[in-house]
Amino acid sequence: MPGVPSACSADSGAEVGGEIAAEKEQSFEALESILRQHQRSPASLIEVLNLAQETYRYLSDDLLRHVARNLELPFSQVFGTASFYHLFCFKAPARHSCTVCTGTACSVIGADRLVEALEQELGIRLGRSKADGSIGLGSVRCLGTCGAAPLVVIDGLVAKQQTVASVLEAVRSLRL
Amino acid sequence: MTPPAPLCLRCCTSAGCLASGAAELREALQRTVSRLELADRVEIRGVGCLGPCSQGALLAVDPDGVIFAGVRAEDAAGLIAALVHRSVLEATDGQWRPLAWTPATGERLDTRRPFFAHQRRVVLENCGLIDPERIEAAIERGAYDQLRRAVQDLSPVQVVETIRCSGLRGRGGAGYPTGLKWATVAKMPGDHKVVVCNADEGDPGAFMDRSVLEGDPHRVLEGMAIAAFAVGASRGFLYIRAEYTLAISNLRRAIEQANRHRLLGQSLFDSGFDFSVELRVGAGAYVCGEETALIHSIEGKRGTPRPRPPYPAEQGVGGLPTLINNVETFANVVPILREGADWYAAIGTTSSKGTKVFSLTGHVRWGGLLEVPMGTSLSMIVEEMGGGAPEGFTIKAVQTGGPSGGCVPASELDTAVDYASLQALGTIMGSGGMVVMDHTTDMVGIAAFFMEFCRDESCGKCVPCRAGTVQLHGLLQKHLAGDATAEDLAQLEALCHMVKDTSLCGLGQSAPKPVLSTLRFFRDEYVARLKPVAAPSTGVAP
Repeated sequence: MPGVPSACSADSGAEVGGEIAAEKEQSFEALESILRQHQRSPASLIEVLNLAQETYRYLSDDLLRHVARNLELPFSQVFGTASFYHLFCFKAPARHSCTVCTGTACSVIGADRLVEALEQELGIRLGRSKADGSIGLGSVRCLGTCGAAPLVVIDGLVAKQQTVASVLEAVRSLRL
Repeated sequence: MTPPAPLCLRCCTSAGCLASGAAELREALQRTVSRLELADRVEIRGVGCLGPCSQGALLAVDPDGVIFAGVRAEDAAGLIAALVHRSVLEATDGQWRPLAWTPATGERLDTRRPFFAHQRRVVLENCGLIDPERIEAAIERGAYDQLRRAVQDLSPVQVVETIRCSGLRGRGGAGYPTGLKWATVAKMPGDHKVVVCNADEGDPGAFMDRSVLEGDPHRVLEGMAIAAFAVGASRGFLYIRAEYTLAISNLRRAIEQANRHRLLGQSLFDSGFDFSVELRVGAGAYVCGEETALIHSIEGKRGTPRPRPPYPAEQGVGGLPTLINNVETFANVVPILREGADWYAAIGTTSSKGTKVFSLTGHVRWGGLLEVPMGTSLSMIVEEMGGGAPEGFTIKAVQTGGPSGGCVPASELDTAVDYASLQALGTIMGSGGMVVMDHTTDMVGIAAFFMEFCRDESCGKCVPCRAGTVQLHGLLQKHLAGDATAEDLAQLEALCHMVKDTSLCGLGQSAPKPVLSTLRFFRDEYVARLKPVAAPSTGVAP
């Protein structure tokens, strides 16, 4: 199963300087085919942003400007639209991700306890990343696989019926 | 001698079972079968949801028709060995015997148990049977036959009339009569119209649409195409939430296959009817389930709603007349056309026809996906089919309709589920999410949970919703902290009505419902949390 997207926090933690510098050099070629496929129509903005994030991990300023130029949209509109949606990130995500599902079924069955334990273990609040950029702790509002609640997604893999012990073990095994 | 009946192992490959190791199980079965050179005798088939997701990974064995729960990859060798052993015995004495095998840590599910026996699968008739990755499998089960029949033998008016007579109502939540909606769009002038399928199933705890799309994507595509023929549209969009990665990949493949088989695209069945479908993937915004917000999102804009009228039927995607229906609504179209409007109208209640798919989750023994006729009682679904709360717990309430719905207390579980009865209880049918809550559940906490959700998901366009949900959440937190006074409770209630009456779209209008519904049935829990009023001083030290 492909990675499950999770909401991005405003503070995605440490910026990895080297990567950002490297991206400046890029011409974002991977977007050319989708831009052409949609004939650079402004209506394709979200489709383009989805692919852009999938390819380049997050939407950097340069990337957003590139999209704006190509779709002939004001930068403000591109950023305004992107920032409306929870799944778009504007900073480099942490190397590992741990996302707790906080949908109804997971919450009723004990997602809060998992969040509390993870916050304590990692020393960060929900929605934040560790200062060294090693891991981000996030939440998602329902993955729609509630039969296996409570769920935690670690690096894109869905783990079912989690307990405090199992989720801490999984996070520790990442050897941050 | 007759050749032995074909053996087929159906592995659930829906997202729920994938989290339980279904992919590894399927791989192990495939490996074992090819190692023993049995590939021509045993088919390993990936299928959509088999039902009780809480018991995954699930595996069905044909021709026996038995379902096993909790099957793991380690069980593969044993199962194949048991199947081989049985066929050897059968070859010697010609006698068929039931499969004598159970998974090491799982169990054999009795398909006569209520969870299965009380279902009526109309929408899900192919789900769990066919391989959703192969269009041939869908076609074998009749996919696109009704589209062909509509295009070749029926007029658009006849199709609309059939849907109207069936009594089908929108399955997305509001329950608007589908036939009426189709007729309105069909009457709109202009050569360019659009059909949109709303697959932005955002209610936490709901996964009916995901299961349908994962398990039988062609059913939905065909429903959209029939609708397009009926209303005169040539362009279709299927808007799906990004969280549903498996459904997205199954749909992409299905659309591509249908195009290749010329079942979607230009001049279908050599007629003048064209219909193409584009997939649009959301980016995480609950409000996009609201139809005008969804249209904006398809257009590449911020997903904010706008006032109606004009309704999408008049002005939708790109300003064109647009028909928007939910996944399950479209999935009902094919059986209605195939079996007839009268057949469909005979299922269900006076006001609500047909079946409804529910996702049953929370404090219940048998959680998962089920489809029952409208009018089935909540207690049948929760207590009988779901097996009630786990040992030692009792059911306190059932939450329906997600953040736009409410909680039905245990005392009202005899209610027959239809649009009207749930509305009378202060909740809604919604899209079909049903979360069971046991006696340990804090109802004020649940109300605060949903309010936090709505506060986070409010798009911010209109003040009552943007500011109101923040205020309501604050008041609920005050209750949770035990700091609320009787005036706070009164203000909470008054503000609920204000937000409900004055918000722009369905999100704000229904955001107070979980609070109002818990206030109606569990008021004592709110009162019990009020700050104790200081007793008048008696002058005596305690």
